[in-house]
Amino acid sequence: MTAPTRSVAAIEAVSVTRVYELDGVAVHALRGVSLSVAVGDFLAIVGPSGSGKSTLMHVMGGLDRATNGRIVIGGRDVAGLRAPEMARLRNETIGFVFQAFHLLPRTSAVDNVALPLVYRGLGAKERRARATEMLERVGLSHRLRHRPSQLSGGEQQRVAIARALVTSPSVLLADEPTGNLDTATGGSVLALLEALNESVGVAVVLVTHDRDVAARAHRQIVMRDGMIVRTTEGPGSAIVESAPSGAPGPSADDGPRRPIPPSERPS
Amino acid sequence: MRLAEAWRVAFDSLRANRLRSGLTMLGVVIGVAAVVVLVAIGTGAKREVERQVEGLGSNLLIVVPGRVDFGSAPAVSRLSLSDVDAVTRIVGDRSRVAVSVTSGETVRAGTASRFTSVLGVLETTPSVFVRSLSRGAYLTRSDVDTGRRVAVLGSAVARSLFGDRDPIGQQVSIAGVRFRVIGVFAPLGQSLGVNRDDEVHIPVTTAHRLFGTQRIDGIAVKAPDRGQIARLGGRIVDELTSRHPDTEFSAVTQEQILGVLGDILGVLTAVLAAIAGISLLVGGVGVSNIMLVSVHERTREIGLRKAVGARPRDIGVQFLLEAVLLTTLGGATGMALGVGGALLVAAVSPVPAAVTWWSLTLAFGVSAAVGIVFGVVPAQRAGRLDPVEALRSE
Repeated sequence: MTAPTRSVAAIEAVSVTRVYELDGVAVHALRGVSLSVAVGDFLAIVGPSGSGKSTLMHVMGGLDRATNGRIVIGGRDVAGLRAPEMARLRNETIGFVFQAFHLLPRTSAVDNVALPLVYRGLGAKERRARATEMLERVGLSHRLRHRPSQLSGGEQQRVAIARALVTSPSVLLADEPTGNLDTATGGSVLALLEALNESVGVAVVLVTHDRDVAARAHRQIVMRDGMIVRTTEGPGSAIVESAPSGAPGPSADDGPRRPIPPSERPS
Repeated sequence: MRLAEAWRVAFDSLRANRLRSGLTMLGVVIGVAAVVVLVAIGTGAKREVERQVEGLGSNLLIVVPGRVDFGSAPAVSRLSLSDVDAVTRIVGDRSRVAVSVTSGETVRAGTASRFTSVLGVLETTPSVFVRSLSRGAYLTRSDVDTGRRVAVLGSAVARSLFGDRDPIGQQVSIAGVRFRVIGVFAPLGQSLGVNRDDEVHIPVTTAHRLFGTQRIDGIAVKAPDRGQIARLGGRIVDELTSRHPDTEFSAVTQEQILGVLGDILGVLTAVLAAIAGISLLVGGVGVSNIMLVSVHERTREIGLRKAVGARPRDIGVQFLLEAVLLTTLGGATGMALGVGGALLVAAVSPVPAAVTWWSLTLAFGVSAAVGIVFGVVPAQRAGRLDPVEALRSE
């Protein structure tokens, strides 16, 4: 549970709590979580819904703030950072991938991928070039001008991954990235994340409640009631004690609309 | 985020919701167009009045009994021809003094008749006021001195009595007395609300017999130059007051008339502009409303933009620019529509309309300001959205 001392951690959470009010009732989403994400790490956070895994991801990504405890992103304690500085930190060091993709509709794949670079003040030409390169890496060089509505679910998630990585972040935080995809498509998206973790060296934090998905990570963190209840090292280790309630099956609503290229490893 | 980029994003999002953007803009379009048209009409009316007052002649001094004031009843005139002689002595030039005694009378020619203003005047009228004839000749001094029954018809009177026929030398009867037509005025049109083509001039001496009176309603003096107007007016008023100690007299200059009328029309223009401004305000409220809807609708987009590094300010600027773009595009369209509307009004109605630069600038500036003012609240709201909440929204 303590931070490994291989190098400076990409993200470090120390005794983090997060309490928010919901209709006047204090909800303890995180009750003292300590976790370190090393550079190049590949870890999965698993647990039933409501266990605080998404909140942990938001806090670690600087989208949300800890009520107590310390969050250090890329060596910087975020406690003293103001909103614009947090935004910059997110832009430079974190890439987010969401279950619902969150692509801008009516915007081409390449422009969706280029979006984070807009907030870096890069010119349109440079943005396009980098976004195109990133889309090529995720195997979508043939879908540059397509809009999200013209892409399959798997393709949309690849665009989202390209968008998360276009800024060359040190950590990619993925919240149920396969949750809206069928098993085969989800598998290829996971394979892509694995490949990118290996080739680019970006640390990947995978939030999921799918055991099979989690099993592919190097390290599994099991959460329950806002606390880490167990850590399993090594890929392939199964977690028995926290069976997920509803793993996405083939009935997932967003199936592929056209053949998806095989999950080849991008160079 | 670069500003050019922010403009592009704002423009794209307006284009994405064409119908909604168009309808929202319509409020601003109507408001701006209304400001431009109404101010144009007000300004046009003012210019028209100025033109007409100046068109009467130059360096004029109108002497009338009573005070020229708003709200005071017209005084009964006690002026007579001997007063006119006294004024003429002060002026020192008979050709610079014109008089009038007016009565509404029915003028007939054959079966045609018309009720019109009949003015008893001196032969000097055309040398004091700007009046020209289209046919025949004006009254002469001997017509006045001998009280001849001769008449000069206004163009409207001539047309309704004689049609296309030449009235010169024809007989008309005024209040039952026969007159010979010796001249017809060139058309002048409306002036200060009076149709100046609808009048008949006869010698003042004849008029006194006809109307059964000795009075003179008013005296007009044409000063030799601008600098003498005030002094001349004072001397004339003094002279007349000494001749009629119990009556007040006023000498009014064109500048004074213009001043009073200009003030009235200025207020009118301001009121029109204010009414139009209210519609612009309502348009602004519409913009604010739609921007709030837009922020709400794009909550997830805002959340995502924040997640990938947008600062609160970037989001705020994006929505503010959207509102400003909405109102300035609406403002530009409204300006074009307003100019077109003003030209149309001027072309098809007697109401003159003059589009002024200041009204265009004002309307456009106000519409841009409306965008900023009414865009700030939605923009701030968008900028402050919690990204986690925003991403979770449906």
